[in-house]
Amino acid sequence: MPSIISVSNLSKTYASGFQALKPINLEIRQGEIFALLGPNGAGKTTLISIICGIVSPSTGAVTVDGRDIVRDYRAARSMIGLVPQELHTDSFESVWATVSFSRGLWGRPASPGHIGKVLKALSLWDKKDNKIMTLSGGMKRRVMIAKALAHEPQILFLDEPTAGVDVELRKDMWGVVRSLRKSGVTIILTTHYIEEAEEMADRIGIINKGELILVEDKAELMRKLGKKQLTLHLAAKLETVPPNLAAHRLTLAGGGSELIYTYDTRGERTGITALLSDLNKAGVRFRDLHTTQSSLEDIFVDLVRRGP
Amino acid sequence: MNWRAVQAIYAFEMARTGRTLLQSIISPVISTSLYFVVFGAAIGARITEIDGVSYGAFIVPGLIMMMLLTQSTANASFGIYFPKFVGTIYEILSAPISYIEIVLGYVGAAATKSIILGLIILATAGFFVPLHVEHPVWMLAFLVLTAVTFSLFGFIIGIWADGFEKLQVIPLLVITPLTFLGGSFYSISVLPPVWQTVSLFNPLVYLISGFRWSFYGISDVGVGISLGATLLFLALCLAIVWWIFRTGYRLKA
Repeated sequence: MPSIISVSNLSKTYASGFQALKPINLEIRQGEIFALLGPNGAGKTTLISIICGIVSPSTGAVTVDGRDIVRDYRAARSMIGLVPQELHTDSFESVWATVSFSRGLWGRPASPGHIGKVLKALSLWDKKDNKIMTLSGGMKRRVMIAKALAHEPQILFLDEPTAGVDVELRKDMWGVVRSLRKSGVTIILTTHYIEEAEEMADRIGIINKGELILVEDKAELMRKLGKKQLTLHLAAKLETVPPNLAAHRLTLAGGGSELIYTYDTRGERTGITALLSDLNKAGVRFRDLHTTQSSLEDIFVDLVRRGP
Repeated sequence: MNWRAVQAIYAFEMARTGRTLLQSIISPVISTSLYFVVFGAAIGARITEIDGVSYGAFIVPGLIMMMLLTQSTANASFGIYFPKFVGTIYEILSAPISYIEIVLGYVGAAATKSIILGLIILATAGFFVPLHVEHPVWMLAFLVLTAVTFSLFGFIIGIWADGFEKLQVIPLLVITPLTFLGGSFYSISVLPPVWQTVSLFNPLVYLISGFRWSFYGISDVGVGISLGATLLFLALCLAIVWWIFRTGYRLKA
């Protein structure tokens, strides 16, 4: 897939001297869902804000479909829709008015048909005449998405789109995001919910302390960094791991009733056959076994702890 | 030019006036009527004429100018400050619009509201005193120029303010006193010579004087100087707005 956003040596140092972003290079591919993960204050929102024109970069450049975001800001911004993290809304406006305002702001001609379609897709149609101040937090979040979609963007930034949203609404939003992607919209989302990234993203970027630690295809990332564990439920408890099994680096767990073997899925050999043979030789019997794989959350926590 | 964006901001701001009709239009009209009652009827009974114009009629341009200055400043400052305060400014900053278009939308709407208000006050004044406008084109020119200039000034205050107190401090502590001291209710020629000289340092003297000239052909300072002072202030405000957007002052991190 060709890249639609190209970030080169982008950095941001605020007037206070705080370096929010160290030089970052990143390519976002057309039509993908890219999830940017990172702890609070990692620089996710700063990066998005620079691309969208809200924050000025200190160094570097960003192009959107080949258009520089500073020199050719009109063309670049006209392709982008942004759903910010905070619920910034015009409390006294109606849903319809505020969404129509957003479309006008992007220079698009009035289109009641499109606005209606967006509101229906986000289950806001029956609230269209309500003032925003009367809506719940979840509904306001939907309004923010509707505003971002009002001008039919080709790229959508979702900064923590499901923060503070209940499970049902979150799954609804995932559905909306998937259908947008199906229609060709490129989606960049930041999230604290790792399961959200795991569920939806094609590629993952992990940012920590202003540095982009890793950018990887989600499946590849999980394959590369995902550890698998084999847990053996023993027939009889052990006090220590038998010495002739030391080479397998087993961990005794469950008060001596479980042996855990960690192996790398990338390896040519997992070592399971040898382990089972050695267990037999050592006379260790087991009742049951099961395997587990690291979740994206485990990978994320591990990477962030290790630091850049 | 992204005219649709200008139109969207303009319509949004005008719609806000519609929602706050009492505060935006009716309240200034009532205040002006009270000024007529207090200054026109009470003081006017003692000061019958100034430069051949009845006192009640004499204060009309000053009253309109006072409302024009305070309302232009208040409307424009609130118009841009509120999105900053509630955070919706993100949308303005991320939209494909130029700074000129942003200013046209916000300042255009604030100036329109002030001009409408000025004309309503003019009509209201007609209920209290016989009105006469000697130079109607110049009257409109001064009205529009002042509304635009002080809407720009309000826009600057709205960007500068980081709290509601700052939003109020310039209109209350600077504009209102200077308007009162700028000859809204008197001709500066009635002041002692020293205070006449001091008054000439008050920029609002020139605006009020020029506007009064358009009504009655009388002024405290030459009309050319009034026009020049208005244009100078307009240029100064435009320069500051240009600098704000060039640097992103209080708008962009």
